[in-house]
Amino acid sequence: MSERERDDHSGVETTGHEWDGIKELDNPLPRWWLIVWYACIAFAIVYWVLFPAWPTLNGYTPGILGQSDRVNVANDMKALEAQRGAEGVMLEKASLEQIEKTPNLQAFAMAEGQAIFGNNCAPCHGAGGTGGKGYANLRDDVWLWGGQLADIEQTLKYGIRSGHPLARMSMMPSFGRDGLLKPQEVNDLTEYVVFLSHRAANSAAVARAAPIFAAQCAACHGPEGKGNQAVGAPNLTDSDWLYGSDRKSIHDQIWAAKGGVMPAWIDRLTPAQIKAVAVYVHVNSGGSGQATPVAEAAAPATDNTAAATPAAQ
Amino acid sequence: MTATALKPRGAPGDVLAVIALSAVGLVWSLCAAAFADDGPFRIHAYVIMAASIASLVACVAGLADGRFVNRPDRYADDVIRAGVFASLFWGVVGMLVGVIIACQLAWPDLFYFPSAGWLNFGRLRPVHTSGVVFAFGGNVLLATSFYVVQRTCRARLFGGIAPWFVFWGYQLFIVLAASGYVMGITQGKEYAEPEWYTDIWLTIVWVIYLLVFLGTIWKRKEPHIYVANWFYLAFIVTIAVLHITNNLAVPISPFSSKSYDIFAGVQDALTQWWYGHNAVGFFLTAAFLAIMYYFIPKRAERPIYSYRLSIVHFWALIFIYIWAGPHHLHYTALPQWAQTLGMTFSVMLWMPSWGGMINGLMTLSGAWDKLRTDPVLRMLVAAVAFYGMATFEGPVMSIREVNALSHYTDWTIGHVHSGALGWVGFISFGAIYCMVPWLWKKQRMYSNALIEWHFWISTIGILLYITSMWVSGIMEGLMWREYTPQGFLAHTFVETVAAKHVEYVVRMAGGLMYLSGVLLMIYNVWRTIRGDAPEEVATSDLAYPANAVAAE
Repeated sequence: MSERERDDHSGVETTGHEWDGIKELDNPLPRWWLIVWYACIAFAIVYWVLFPAWPTLNGYTPGILGQSDRVNVANDMKALEAQRGAEGVMLEKASLEQIEKTPNLQAFAMAEGQAIFGNNCAPCHGAGGTGGKGYANLRDDVWLWGGQLADIEQTLKYGIRSGHPLARMSMMPSFGRDGLLKPQEVNDLTEYVVFLSHRAANSAAVARAAPIFAAQCAACHGPEGKGNQAVGAPNLTDSDWLYGSDRKSIHDQIWAAKGGVMPAWIDRLTPAQIKAVAVYVHVNSGGSGQATPVAEAAAPATDNTAAATPAAQ
Repeated sequence: MTATALKPRGAPGDVLAVIALSAVGLVWSLCAAAFADDGPFRIHAYVIMAASIASLVACVAGLADGRFVNRPDRYADDVIRAGVFASLFWGVVGMLVGVIIACQLAWPDLFYFPSAGWLNFGRLRPVHTSGVVFAFGGNVLLATSFYVVQRTCRARLFGGIAPWFVFWGYQLFIVLAASGYVMGITQGKEYAEPEWYTDIWLTIVWVIYLLVFLGTIWKRKEPHIYVANWFYLAFIVTIAVLHITNNLAVPISPFSSKSYDIFAGVQDALTQWWYGHNAVGFFLTAAFLAIMYYFIPKRAERPIYSYRLSIVHFWALIFIYIWAGPHHLHYTALPQWAQTLGMTFSVMLWMPSWGGMINGLMTLSGAWDKLRTDPVLRMLVAAVAFYGMATFEGPVMSIREVNALSHYTDWTIGHVHSGALGWVGFISFGAIYCMVPWLWKKQRMYSNALIEWHFWISTIGILLYITSMWVSGIMEGLMWREYTPQGFLAHTFVETVAAKHVEYVVRMAGGLMYLSGVLLMIYNVWRTIRGDAPEEVATSDLAYPANAVAAE
């Protein structure tokens, strides 16, 4: 069992052990292997001398280079600030209107806004800001909560139904689900909303719904259904729809109302970053920012739900 | 075999112990089902109840018909055969889920159903990782360790039915873990996702596994302990220590699936990656090196290259590996000095890792010609080559400056899979191809050609996988760090995701090829076990043409 024998092929002795027919040669450690290993150990020791490495009772060995990740990060951030130049500083002080009117500041804000928008806003509003069902299109000039620079900044800072005390807040009642209206009344109102957006509607239903609209809806959407940006009530006479323009979507919204949430960004972005995004969104929207919605004929056909055209309904 | 060896043992202690444990499991699961705080926990209580009842029935029936006989002159091979089947089954499950989640990454809408949360990537991903590492790899390790330790100790497995308890107990662990993931039960710790009660169960199973292994070594009839057994033992002991430490947690109630870790913050992160890295080191490296140390010299019929290298690289590997975990936390809240130690120990680990590669490859010296004709040996050797590649890449990626680019990118995924598909997978397939004819007393595998196909289709699959991940990983790493001249990020995150689409499709194709190879292996194994392997072709000149004509 412990007989050392010589291997015919290599001429090397075995150790004399054998298990289930397996023997072992008594080769020495490969020299190159040992040298490379020693080199790796030497590298490690040198690294320990140069850099923070071993814990001690009240700290750690700092290394003779005095290198520190924290210091490096701070330096990198300073270098970034320097790279961003004078515009970066001016952005903090200038008003939104000044930023938008000064060409180099506007270009800077657009560049910064694009980077921030892409990582923070695009997940809901889309990479191009064109939105989707339930997420507002920011590339047209139709606004739920106001499209002036200050309005946009306000929305960005505190969000919509975000839970922040200053958030934009409103809640459309769920007329059907909560029994505020009878099913037939909801059906009639649906026809009325279709009628408001200048589409063919059942005239009898519209006539029945007119007093209901005046009693239940006009307070927020206005007697003519033109909306009210103070409470985020959309204009029902245009062709811009957040949750869809077809009868079923309108009915669903009256029956059980949806109300989207936008986060408050004031604790996540700096004031300068919020300004940059506000300018970026304002400029991209066309930038008129009228307090009242633009005339319907001028408004682009931007049904966010990409539903069939009203004519096909 | 003598007549006395066949005498039924009555009600032996090992069986009574399993009966007692099953009874405890039954009572506990009844309480848990009655008082469960959450639905998934109740489902798990029913699973444990079913397992306890099955175990009781099996034990009582076995006692009744005297099935538990003591045969110390025979190796306990039935449990190894079961381990081969379990390996193949879980291998397909784990790899199939891998292909599915690769599809989900390439086409995010493909399997997205808002109402079927269990199909989400986040639920399926741990099913894949645990499925291939712990279910497939773990069963391969159970089967091979039981095979190797008996042969190299010339002793039957210790503990009577304890090996069977380990086998079925481990399958129960896998079922609890995987079903928990899809139901949303997780600790949120990578490779340690199962919750507290599943962890306790694995601890019980694992300690019995350790006792079976140690007891068998204790009974050995060889003067020395073979190197493969050192590696198996290091694996079993260290995994126990890692598993228990990283899973120290307090359940919010005895009947809830939710618990909280006793560690928090950066201490928790460091414990987790001490565990995570050494799960790689001791589960996926040391234990599979044990497979290499037995099956390569057996298959090549050559002696191990160097006993001294075995000793030095074994002790160096287990001593250094345990310190390298912090390299998973470079540039995080982990103190910089700890990052330095993690990195430098990883660099020092390079040669100890390669010691195993050298010993494996140089054992071929005098038998290299067999690689041309024996695809099984080629598979084992290719595994060692992938092992060498992955254990070089690892230290390189642990260097902080390299890690600054590679961390969080697909490069890491590629690195893991060159180790997992190339090293762990191939050494396992090679061992299974060796063991199946040995265990089922066949001359050879049913079809050598199918093994050739398996080898090549899988090798190409691996190459597609790791090269696509290198490309996408380095690309996204460069995109993440790119700034515009004005000092803003040049790419949004979603742009870097969209940029990887082609690589993700290639990766999926590579994974699909690898899975196809395993399906070929299963067919081959099935035909071999059925006894369909053709007899060795006779070299007679007369018989062959005569048969050919007769068959026309």
